[in-house]
Amino acid sequence: MKYVGKGLPKLDGIRIATGQPVYTEDLTPANTLVVKILRSPHAFARIKTIDTSQAAALEGVACVLTHQDVPKVRFTLAGQSYPEPSPYDRYILDEIVRYVGDEVAIIAAVDEKTAIRAMALVKVDYEVFDPVLDFETAAEHPSVVHPEADLACNIDIGLQQEKNIVCSHINEVGDVEQELAQCDVVVEETYYIQAQAHAMMETYRAVSYLDHTGRLVVTSSTQIPFHVRRQLARALQLPASRIRVIKPRIGGGFGGKQTGCVEVFAALVTQKTGQPAKIVLDRRETFTSTTSRHAMRLKVRIGADKEGFIRALDIEGLSDTGAYGEHAPTVFWVVGEKTLPLYNKTRAVRYHGQVVYTNKMPAGALRGYGATQGTFALECAVNKLAEKLNLDPAELRLKNLIKEGETALAYHGKRLGSSTLHQCIEKGKELIGWQEKYPRKEMGNNKVRAVGMAVTMQGSGIAGIDTASAEIRLNDDGSYTLLLGSTDMGTGSDTILAQMAAEVLETTLDQIVVYAADTDISPFDPGSYASSTTYVTGMAVVKAAQDVKSRIIQQGANFLETTVEEVTFDGQLLHAGDKSMTLEKLAELSILGSGKLQLVGHGTYGSNVSPPPYVAGFAEVEVDQETGKTTLLDYVAVVDCGTVINPTLARIQVEGGIVQGIGLALYEDVKYDTKGTLLTNSFMQYKIPCRKDIGNIRVAFEESHEPTGPFGAKSIGEVVINTPAPAIAHAVYNAVGVSVTKLPITPEKVFMGMQK
Amino acid sequence: MQIETTINGKKITLEVANDELLSDALRAKGYLSIRQGCDTSCCGLCTVWIDGKPTLSCSTLAFRVRDKQITTIEGVAQQAEEFAQVLVAEGAEQCGFCSPGFIMTVLAMKHELKNPTEQEIIHYLTGNLCRCTGYMGQLRAIKKYLGGA
Ligand code: FES
Ligand code: FES
Repeated sequence: MKYVGKGLPKLDGIRIATGQPVYTEDLTPANTLVVKILRSPHAFARIKTIDTSQAAALEGVACVLTHQDVPKVRFTLAGQSYPEPSPYDRYILDEIVRYVGDEVAIIAAVDEKTAIRAMALVKVDYEVFDPVLDFETAAEHPSVVHPEADLACNIDIGLQQEKNIVCSHINEVGDVEQELAQCDVVVEETYYIQAQAHAMMETYRAVSYLDHTGRLVVTSSTQIPFHVRRQLARALQLPASRIRVIKPRIGGGFGGKQTGCVEVFAALVTQKTGQPAKIVLDRRETFTSTTSRHAMRLKVRIGADKEGFIRALDIEGLSDTGAYGEHAPTVFWVVGEKTLPLYNKTRAVRYHGQVVYTNKMPAGALRGYGATQGTFALECAVNKLAEKLNLDPAELRLKNLIKEGETALAYHGKRLGSSTLHQCIEKGKELIGWQEKYPRKEMGNNKVRAVGMAVTMQGSGIAGIDTASAEIRLNDDGSYTLLLGSTDMGTGSDTILAQMAAEVLETTLDQIVVYAADTDISPFDPGSYASSTTYVTGMAVVKAAQDVKSRIIQQGANFLETTVEEVTFDGQLLHAGDKSMTLEKLAELSILGSGKLQLVGHGTYGSNVSPPPYVAGFAEVEVDQETGKTTLLDYVAVVDCGTVINPTLARIQVEGGIVQGIGLALYEDVKYDTKGTLLTNSFMQYKIPCRKDIGNIRVAFEESHEPTGPFGAKSIGEVVINTPAPAIAHAVYNAVGVSVTKLPITPEKVFMGMQK
Repeated sequence: MQIETTINGKKITLEVANDELLSDALRAKGYLSIRQGCDTSCCGLCTVWIDGKPTLSCSTLAFRVRDKQITTIEGVAQQAEEFAQVLVAEGAEQCGFCSPGFIMTVLAMKHELKNPTEQEIIHYLTGNLCRCTGYMGQLRAIKKYLGGA
């Protein structure tokens, strides 16, 4: 293959790296109003009165909007395909505020200073309620976070409003209790995963204005332009056809921008005033008033027979969705979907539990989307089981993990299309030096080195739901335009999709103009999330490229006055016998000349499977027994993402995901005070890994061939974040015998554990 | 107030408020490569040079640059692009939002340190956060760039 499998640079690489003005805020029109949000200081309260008169009277203030100014239609900010599974539980502004940082009023003014001055002049009188701050007791708490009668769900997600339960779920195959009772060895443990922040470098922002026909245009740093259009249509009560959403370059998303955190506020101001408006959240607002990973408590029971075959697995979950239910049911379901099928010698598996509302910042989508939480709990438990069975944890896995062509209880007869997970484990062992290093080595000076491991799976797109389209147009000069609705958020998806098109069309990358994403121009795509772009959009691109290619050949046959069967096309030249024609000439004649037909290829793809990519992760740590401090020395990740479309970009995806996983494992602590105020609201308090915190990271690929994927590819974006937390926890345990079950693994927890 | 300063080699009169930050003043003047990633001087996205030294423009009051030499990435476009070529070949610009500040620090390091060790490189760049790339690719690019330069 000429393009697929090549580590080509990104099409936008040089321009974005050198600081060109290609991001949302850079594209702000002149005389745009600045939007600021007055936020709730209380975790749970009702706005008794709100007086905006002084603020509105201030010179330079365009509007001050409150709950009295918004349509009384509940909607969700989660970007998901219809029917949206997240509950419709919010107004743009509500009389009830449900967490510290919730929106109280929208202020728009000629500049930021004026808006901030006006904000101080808004007088609010609150009736303060007793907030629900502990998710473990939320279901019994006398306060009800969402008592409203007009809260609605499109599908039955097991909502029990009066108990603060937004979703209840059970998936059981076989009889878990009975199988556990028959197991020779059973381990049981409860794990906690914190509400990790995305911490993308470009905070949330959107700019809105009315175009020459009065339609609302919103430029936004979003992963989900089409979903944002639908959200805005519902929230603002406008027909979707009156809205256009444009995505320029995005400064990172990680799932955060799969939730429409800011667009609606700017759009409402433009709707009310007719003027352009922009909202740019600062870092503190991004920490306190957007979304995070769902914090969870996962109780695992796992049982095996004497031979070391895992026979029963039970995971009971409790998830904290905070004040609103963005992605609440789906993230919860994914915990089970991406854990239960891994170990397929089981005779019974179960995943069950609930998602609760609390008066904290809402949770949402974050890279890994439940699989991260599930992997931490399951893999820690598997490591514990290995110890109890007196088996090498790698051996236990090799013995029990699902293989290509096999099925699992949770797959209900469906077979796994592709996997090299077993090879990934073998390779990883070799790279980390498992044989020599497992489990530990004393280094003197009170330092111990040890290794640990974990494996994981994710999906590639959402089976049976997400459908993406692509269009390829042959232009009058013989070049192509590839129209996409997917959203390259830095991953390089625009580039790899162009690589796929170039491969099919046998052309060079510089002959393909990639355009994404704009709801007025792009074909529908749900957006980039759920590890879908390479796999789902990729297949749509392949189909579109094949379509336009066959049209080119057809048109060639017309011009060369022969049949399609006689024509060969090598990407530049069309041949039939001794007659030939260049693609350029064909394009010119088709569009400008006698052909009278612009050639356009279409492709639409949705898959009824979501083929899992896999990672085997291995950590080597050094623990200082005097302080409990863990230093990560080396991390090895061996990845099966099917065919690697672009090895350079794939490698960076892996390294970036691993480091985000290291942050989850070791540094990114989330703390609230007793009143429900988030304390970890800056990079001072919320520590993401810097260069010094990561040790060495090594990445290897064990390619498989996924029969349903484009050129055999699966996904890579999310799966890579899952293994560091359990692998590092395992290594720390092997070093000092302390099992940290509550992330992150801080020196304090390790030190205290060693004193026991 | 009005101040005289030099931006990318050109003498300029800036109208700035007493409490205006250099990062805001520069963006307002059209230097849109200046990015902000935090409000606690932690991320390094806003790095420019003041008299040749890498400095956080978000933590510098604009009036303090009176009579100083400010350099943004626009002012060292050629050097920046040379390094960007290496960076991009490694795929180590993902979203690119951190890149201008990062590149300004890398170029400053190149002027300041002779043959830095890996540890020295990491130390010099600690204040430049990146959430996308995991840093390893950036390090590979720097080594190639210094090795080949
Ligand atoms: S904006 Fe973060 S350090 Fe300047
Ligand atoms: S490339 Fe996105 S933050 Fe560095």
